[in-house]
Amino acid sequence: MSRVARGNSARAPVLAAFSLLVFAFLYLPIAVLVVYSLNQAGVGGFPPRKLTLGWYRQLFADSSIWDSVVNSLLVALGAVALSLVLVLLAALALDRAEFPEKSLFRRLVLLPLVLPGIITGLSLLLFVDGTGMPLSLLTVFLGHGTALLSVATTELFAGLQKMDRAQEEASLDLGATPWQTFWRITLPNLKLSLIASGLLIFTLSMDEIAVTFFLLGRSNTLPLEIWARLRRGITPEINAISTLIFAASVILILIWYQIRTRTIGKEPSELLERP
Amino acid sequence: MYSRTYKIIVSAPPLLWVSLFLLLPYALLLAHSFWIVRDGVIVHQWNLGNYGKLLDHPVYAEVFLRTARIAASVTVLSLFLGYPLAYFMSFHARIRKDLLYQLVIVPLWVSYLVRGYAWKTILGSDGVLNGFLEYLHVTKEPVSFFLYSPFAVILTLTHIYTPFVFLPLYACLEHIPHSLIEASHDLGAGPRATFFRVILPLSVPGVLAGATFAFVLTLGDFLGPMLVGGPSSVMIANIVQSLFGTAYDWPLGAAIAVCILLLTVALLVLTELLEKRWAFR
Amino acid sequence: MTPRPSSPPPPIANGEGLLEVRDLAKRFAAREVLKRISLQIASGEFLTLLGESGSGKTTLLRLIAGFEQPTAGEIWMSGRRLDTLPSYRRPVNTVFQHYALFPHMSVADNVAYGLRVTSVPAEEILSRVDAALRMVKMQEYSAARPSHLSGGQQQRVALARALINRPQLLLLDEPLSALDANLRKQMQTELKSLQREVGITFLFVTHDQEEAMALSDRIALLRDGTLEQVASPREIYARPATSYTAQFIGQTNLLRAEVRDGMATCGALRWPTASSNGPALFSLRLESLQLASDTSAPPGASRFRARILEQIFSGSIEQLELNCCGQLLRARIPARGVLSGEHEFFFDPSHAVLVAE
Repeated sequence: MSRVARGNSARAPVLAAFSLLVFAFLYLPIAVLVVYSLNQAGVGGFPPRKLTLGWYRQLFADSSIWDSVVNSLLVALGAVALSLVLVLLAALALDRAEFPEKSLFRRLVLLPLVLPGIITGLSLLLFVDGTGMPLSLLTVFLGHGTALLSVATTELFAGLQKMDRAQEEASLDLGATPWQTFWRITLPNLKLSLIASGLLIFTLSMDEIAVTFFLLGRSNTLPLEIWARLRRGITPEINAISTLIFAASVILILIWYQIRTRTIGKEPSELLERP
Repeated sequence: MYSRTYKIIVSAPPLLWVSLFLLLPYALLLAHSFWIVRDGVIVHQWNLGNYGKLLDHPVYAEVFLRTARIAASVTVLSLFLGYPLAYFMSFHARIRKDLLYQLVIVPLWVSYLVRGYAWKTILGSDGVLNGFLEYLHVTKEPVSFFLYSPFAVILTLTHIYTPFVFLPLYACLEHIPHSLIEASHDLGAGPRATFFRVILPLSVPGVLAGATFAFVLTLGDFLGPMLVGGPSSVMIANIVQSLFGTAYDWPLGAAIAVCILLLTVALLVLTELLEKRWAFR
Repeated sequence: MTPRPSSPPPPIANGEGLLEVRDLAKRFAAREVLKRISLQIASGEFLTLLGESGSGKTTLLRLIAGFEQPTAGEIWMSGRRLDTLPSYRRPVNTVFQHYALFPHMSVADNVAYGLRVTSVPAEEILSRVDAALRMVKMQEYSAARPSHLSGGQQQRVALARALINRPQLLLLDEPLSALDANLRKQMQTELKSLQREVGITFLFVTHDQEEAMALSDRIALLRDGTLEQVASPREIYARPATSYTAQFIGQTNLLRAEVRDGMATCGALRWPTASSNGPALFSLRLESLQLASDTSAPPGASRFRARILEQIFSGSIEQLELNCCGQLLRARIPARGVLSGEHEFFFDPSHAVLVAE
């Protein structure tokens, strides 16, 4: 009803300036990172003098980095596939099924979301070790699938809530079985939510460190490859790959945001997702 | 409307997965905390030795308290930065609000590693900040305490967790019906009185949620100290990580991890109870 | 085309002038929601802003409250400029459509709010809150939270919260629209007697014309951002200025007639009129048409025969659809059993009111 945009009354120059400062704080380090990826003299010192794409060239020639990228992609895509199926079922279960331990189930699913990554990572390590499974990309994949389940469930659950139930009822009324209804009505309605969740899982999996740290075998994922190199020392090549990661993440997240607002509207949710 | 078969098909796989890969692992973590290491091998001998060690040796309590202090600092600073931003965006941003919101979430998703690394390059002795200060002739020599210090850890973690604090806060502020603000003005309260009497109290659930998340996640953070911290800023999760690494004492590590877990759960339960008491809707 | 009668600021009915709106205009983006409205409200009167959604009535209210700024024009109250003041400095209070009670405060704290923020001493607050709650019969609920109250109860609290500040003008933004029909009727009566008791000027917004007629001293009918007519309910009903007014308030037959030498002719209908020659539009209320076989027609009545097409019974009335030589009419007569075929009807010519297009 209110057609007035908030803040029509008083201007707040102090608040605006402060907000600008906060944004600067959030973005300046990344800006520095990007600039110095182009600096011939490498990381550090001021001001950056000669700009060059040399470090990027060096990056593209670096095969072990790209091996780790491939590993990360494998794990991420696997996590997306696994998670989407599980998450879809979990969201449907939370929404429709009644069973006694439902609230416990809900809490358990959401737990990795709120616990520090180290806890989930260690627990899974103990589990994997207990079964005698060797650490490898497979164990990393298991870890991501589990940890990111919570993130995607909340996401999809929100999308499910916004769906018009009457459509399913109409479908049943017209003679379709629940199975048919699921494929013809429910799933298409959730299409956008599924894509959004998938994007989210993918991005988070590509960046995941805390849980991966403990489940890693011999093959590195991208973040851990970078991590390993960092232990040896800072090189501008790392700036270069970081810049690329930043750019890719930004694009993915902006796409995700567009899809999401189309499904559940512009209302900001209170959900929190871990890095 | 949904048959029993439907409900079983839908609930079973996630339940199974969660039991196998969450419930069981957490149980294993708990179990390990009661076992010990002997001659480089984990022995399943049930005892409270690990917990005893934690209580006896003051170093653990010290590090724990230090971690709690850092977590508290990060939380407070994040709130200090995040609240005015959320307030400004919710009440003064008008058309650009959507764009600004996206600008705030983006850093949230950009890799932790990338952001931590960025600070590493800025704060180092031959880093950008020192270079900048020398360029301006503010300093003659590189300042060393910027990096590998609690200062660096707090700064970096604040950078990471400010958007975390922002999100639930902003959502909460956005949910305050505009008619309440108008009603407050209508009854004679100016902008400042309206903020303290109406907006602030109604934003408390958002503040609690954001603060809890920032605190809990900082508490269990081990990457930050490893990237930008030094010996004086080792946090409790670093000890756990080394116990699972080179120091090889999984049971002791598990015991500390269980403590972190319990503290986290306790804080979350507390916050939930507080939120229920403050819930007005 | 008959021109719309011009609407100068209508005269004050009772009391002295309290609020004056001068040439007020409001534009949102490309749309002009209010187009140069001028209106005066008398002290102590109950004035209703009536209109469809989009007519500008709510916007006008919000401009007076201070939640919007006018694009042009001025608002004056008791000789002082009002529109330059922020809403928290105006001696005006609002009852919101969805009550806008503060969920984190008790009923008593809600009601006390206006007094607290203006630093009224604590003891005085206590006694005034108690009196205000008694006035709306909510004194038992002073410690309750708004979320525990029903719609009607919340509405009373909202009223008390506004009135306790003793505003010079109370604005009510469709306060009864969220209530169910029975409760609504009850609240209408309570509101009216409350206003008389307290003596404060009420500016009431609604889209329900029956509500407007029941409550108001005067009605200001808004249409597309302009004032169509401002008059007392009886006046506006008996003498609508335009065809829009005639149709919006109550039901009517609109007769397109040709006037020649004091007689108006519309199909088979003829009646004497004082209007000038030429085409003219008349409004004839449904209840003005009477059945000749029931009541004897007084001398000077205009008679006609018509065939009955439809008859709808609703308890005490019959609503008839008539065909008078091709002219469709509607009539409302006291219930009297089923009718059919052709009958004779009549009406008092003075009930045929000339209206503008």
